[in-house]
Order: sequence, then structure tokens, then C-alpha cells
Amino acid sequence: MSILVNKQSKILVQGFTGTEGTFHATQMIEYGTNVVGGVTPNKGGTLHLDRPVFNTVAEAVKETGANVSIIFVPPAFASDAIMEAANAGIELVVCITEGIPVQDMVKAKLYLQGTKTRLIGPNCPGVITAGECKVGIMPGFVFKKGKIGIVSKSGTLTYEASDQVAKAGLGVSTAVGIGGDPIIGTTTREALEMFMNDPETEGVVMIGEIGGGMEAEAARWYKENGKKPVVGFIAGQTAPPGRRMGHAGAIVGGAEDTAAAKMKIMQECGITVVSSPADIGVTMAKIIKK
Amino acid sequence: MNLHEYQAKELLKKYNVPVQEGIPVDRADAAEEAYKNLKVQFGNNFAVVKAQIHAGGRGKGKIQGTEQRGVAVGKSAEEIKTIASNILGGTLVTIQTGAAGKVVNKVLVAQDVYYPGPNPVKEFYLSILLDRSKGQNVIMYSTEGGMDIEEVAHNTPDKIFKEWVHPSGGLQPFQARKIAFNLGLKGEAFKNCVKFVINLYNAYVGLDCAMLEINPLFKTADEKIIAVDCKMNLDDNALMRHPELEALRDISEEDPTEVEAGKYNLNFVKLDGNVGCMVNGAGLAMATMDMIKLSGGEPANFLDVGGTANATTVEAGFRIILKDPKVKAILINIFGGIVRCDRVAQGVIDAYKSIGNITVPIIVRLQGTNAEEAKKLIEESGLKVQSAILLSEAAALVNKAVA
Repeated sequence: MSILVNKQSKILVQGFTGTEGTFHATQMIEYGTNVVGGVTPNKGGTLHLDRPVFNTVAEAVKETGANVSIIFVPPAFASDAIMEAANAGIELVVCITEGIPVQDMVKAKLYLQGTKTRLIGPNCPGVITAGECKVGIMPGFVFKKGKIGIVSKSGTLTYEASDQVAKAGLGVSTAVGIGGDPIIGTTTREALEMFMNDPETEGVVMIGEIGGGMEAEAARWYKENGKKPVVGFIAGQTAPPGRRMGHAGAIVGGAEDTAAAKMKIMQECGITVVSSPADIGVTMAKIIKK
Repeated sequence: MNLHEYQAKELLKKYNVPVQEGIPVDRADAAEEAYKNLKVQFGNNFAVVKAQIHAGGRGKGKIQGTEQRGVAVGKSAEEIKTIASNILGGTLVTIQTGAAGKVVNKVLVAQDVYYPGPNPVKEFYLSILLDRSKGQNVIMYSTEGGMDIEEVAHNTPDKIFKEWVHPSGGLQPFQARKIAFNLGLKGEAFKNCVKFVINLYNAYVGLDCAMLEINPLFKTADEKIIAVDCKMNLDDNALMRHPELEALRDISEEDPTEVEAGKYNLNFVKLDGNVGCMVNGAGLAMATMDMIKLSGGEPANFLDVGGTANATTVEAGFRIILKDPKVKAILINIFGGIVRCDRVAQGVIDAYKSIGNITVPIIVRLQGTNAEEAKKLIEESGLKVQSAILLSEAAALVNKAVA
């Protein structure tokens, strides 16, 4: 099982022939991911990394049967790429691009409503199902196969969590980097719900950060529906209000979206919250082994 | 990116949003000239001098060491000149600037909008921003203008109205009418308000604003609706399609070390603590700051060196952090994925040697690809650098350094 992607997933790379697309597609292929082709407008009909290049996503889907796409398109064109993938019937779109204008994402998010497409990101490291399929830019070797799901707004913190979970003797089923932008496709709650319904996942690490209300929403959902242990961490306990901390969405706007407020809500909803990022793995191990 | 009031008002005028007119000046004699021009234009003896800084609370704030307020009314050329010379070059301390205050380089000499007329004047509040949870823009407004809106929201939440805008069709006329009705407007003022709201929303979208606040939104005695003040924050991600707006950036309003970090593509935020840090990734950088605090230190900064940490970026990071005399130790925390730890370690060693006289302890935590090789490189370099692999080990070393 696992969630979102597995050995059967057929991956298309949008922005295939660019520097980023080429580098990460190569890494994904080396990991064993089934990359079936890519899209770069006006380069259709050529081969890249021994795989066919298409002019449009629709054509690529028709020829390859791709059901997942990953986007490495520059910010000015990325929302268009998301909508093109949805229009072509892609089930899962993972958008890596950082720096997409917010109003572009407002439109893209609306466009996705009523389609069968799920978006992960933008501004995210992607999704990986350990040992099966990597649709993202994360270092594959960190994700040892196991039974812990990870949902996180941050890239390197996801790697950190996975590494700790592995060192604690557990390992990862699927890790989802949902992204650090104000508007993202898949929320913390949605990822948590998928993990709760995945028989292969026995516990979940939930990593959030200051800004927005997604962690609180996920925690409240968990209180009613949670059936597996969750260890939570919120980055930015020491972040000053009103300042953007790297991620476009990481900004304290009011009393409700501080790290302290989120940690309190998560705790009240039954999530085991750690205040030090060094304690994520050991805490999960303690709970699981009980 | 934040804009000054005078810049924001110029932009609003391009979208036919009526504003309190004014002339920005950087000298007291120019303020006198501006007053004379406004007097001819509006036939009013009164005018307002408004300090232009990127912070609110200017009207209640004072110029350091004086009783001069950041916004003041005058009724003669002489008086305006005196106020302007009191404010210009001074440091304005408001509730939002902190005790250090901000130096005022420009003032806006603006028309007085409280002129008499057939009807009473009125102040409202209106802002447009993104509702993250709904993924839509929302117009927030209130009959309680001119005051701190967070206080209004806290004390009388029923006086705050919200109108969400559907992304496909944009703001509809019926929504603008609803806003004008809820503000209690009638006749000419009602019609003017509907136009104002529609044009303001067009400005918000057209300029790619992240936030646009009009406080007060003002009804004059002759039923005009105008923006008396304007706080405009632009979406940094969208500046690529507005090069003319990028040019409005006022670097003097930003922390000089943050500006310098920007030149090296480093994402840096200056803080007040004693342990500097350099990290790859924004989330891990925030988490590292938190860990410093839990280890008994206080983070001196946020610094995300991005996905490609190398000798050049590490050296730039070192130099920027070391500018702060309060820094007692520096923690470098890199989770090597695509970037190899041994290369980062070599970068740290090279930067260390290139800078020469680093006196504070350096703690390097490298984890991920080639972490063991990196640790060995650092230990054999003979430098006064402590290395760790686990995050918990790094925390212990920070604790020792600040004890």
C-alpha cells in the first residue's frame, strides 16, 4: 500500500529538458521511479534521458498512460503547467517550483476544483514511497522502508525526520512534503487522513511551521478520527511576529498561527508534540514500541 | 515588499482610486513650496505633514528627543516648514518601530480632508488580503475607521465585515454595493464608495498586492470617498512581472545586513540573540533556531543558505553573522541530500581560513550524504571547529558554548 505513489505510478516530468528537470529526473530514474517521459513545448518528438519528449501533457498522457506528473517549470509559467496537467486528466500533480505569485495559485486552485486531480505543493520537495517511487527532489537514501508516514511543510526537515525515524529502527512508508506557500494543493489534514486509511502506515510524523491554520485543522480532524499515533513538531517557536521566515507562508499573522498556539491545539487533540526537532524519532519509537 | 504611503497613493491614482492628495518632499523648504501649491489647488489653509516610514502608528509616535508627532497639521507655510524640519532627519519611534525607531528621509505634505461642508465627515476601515484557508481574496471592512483594527476585531468582532471574492469572476458590483450599504452610506457617497471599492480591488489584483489596507477610508463633508492613508504590501513572487514596482523598493528601510545577504541569495532575518546559525532549508533553519533556544541560547538570526551550500555562500554567511558583536557561537546545520557534506565541510574550512580571525566557537553539524567523511575532514583540519552528526549532539555543543 503506502499513499499517493507506488511502483505502478507512471511519471511524467513537466519542464523535462531544463537543468532542474534533467538533474532530478535522472535521480528519480536511478531510484527506480517509472519515469515514462516528459513535456517541453516545442521539443516534442525528441528523446531525453532515453525517454520521449512531448509538446503537451495531453499528448504525453495519450501516448504513455502517465497518471502522475512532476513540475520543474519556472515560477511565471508554473500555474499554467498545473492547469495543463489537470486538464489532461493527470491524477496527481507534484509542483516543486518555488516563487509562484499568490494570485496565480488562487486561480490554479479554483481550476482544480471539480477535477479528479490532486495537487501536492507548490514549493515542496515532493512525495516518496520508500523503496518504490520517488517523485521529488529529496535524497532517496534517507528514506528507509518502514511503517511511519511523514507529512511536512518543509524539505530538509522532512529528511531530518526520516533520518531520525530510521535511526530509531522504524523507517518510512511514504513521506509527503506539502510545501511552504500560503496556497497549496494538499493540506496537512488531507495527508493525515490518507495515512490513517493506509494499512501499511502505523504512525505519522506531522511537521508544521508558523503561519496559516492547517495544523490546527489537521489536529481537530485527528481528535475525531485519529486511530494511529501522531508525533508533531512546529518549526518557528522563536520566530518574531510579522517576519517571513524563508517560506512565503511562514509568517505569524495573529495570535492563532504562532508555534505555541498550534502546539497547544495539537496537544489538546491527542498529538504527541515535541518541542525539540532532535526528539522526533526517539519519541515516535517510544510510542510505537509500547 | 512594503511601499511608502506616497508611493502607494501614486499607484492607486493610476487605478482611479481617489486619495488624499499630497506632495512628497525631502527638505523643509520644499515642504513650504508644497504647502503653497496645495493651498492654491484646494483653497484650504490647513495641510498635514506625514512622516514616510515603513511602520504604522505614526500619528501617535514621536520624533526621538522631542514632542514632535510623526503626523501633524499646520495652517501656514511657516508652520508647515517648521514641522517638516522637526521631522526630517529625525528618528520616529512608534508602537510598531520598536525603541530604536526609524529615520525619516521623506515627508508627505498632504491636503487637509476635514474641510467643512454640508454633511458630517466619517472614517471607515477597509483592507484586501488573501484568506489562506479559503484560497480566495477577502475584503475586510468596518465602520470603525482610523483606529487599530486588531483592537476592533478583538473588542467588537460584530463590527468587522468580510466579503470574499470568487477567483473566476472577480469582485461583482452587488458585492461593492453590499459593502457601501453596510458602511451606512447613501446618495452620492454610496455611489462613490461602490466605484472606490471596485477600483481598489482592480488595483489589488493588477499590482499583485499581498495586502492593501486603507485606514481611514474617508467620507468628506461633500460626500467624496477617499483613501487618507494606504498601507501596501506587494507579493515578492510577483515582482518579476512588475519591474517598475521593484524600482520603488526603499533599501534604507531594511536592515543593512539583510540587504547584503540578499546579494548572495541568502535568506537572512536579523534577530536579537547570541548564537548565530547557518542552515540549508527554511524549515530546518527555523527548527535549528528553536533548538538553540532549548539548549540555553538565543538565536541571533535566521539564515537559509538554500540547496547549494558551497564555500562562497558559507563564507558570505560567516561574514554576515560575525558582524553582530553579540554572537558568542555559530552553529552550522546542514542536512546533505543532493549536496554532499564533505564538500560543505571543505567550504567551511576554506571560509574559516579565508576570514582568519574567527574567535567565537564554531559548531558544525553535517548529516546526510558523506557525513562521516565530512566529520573527518573537519577534525583533521586543525581548526577550532567542533563537529557533530546527530542533531541532539549539536544541541549539547551549543549548550556548552553558551554556558
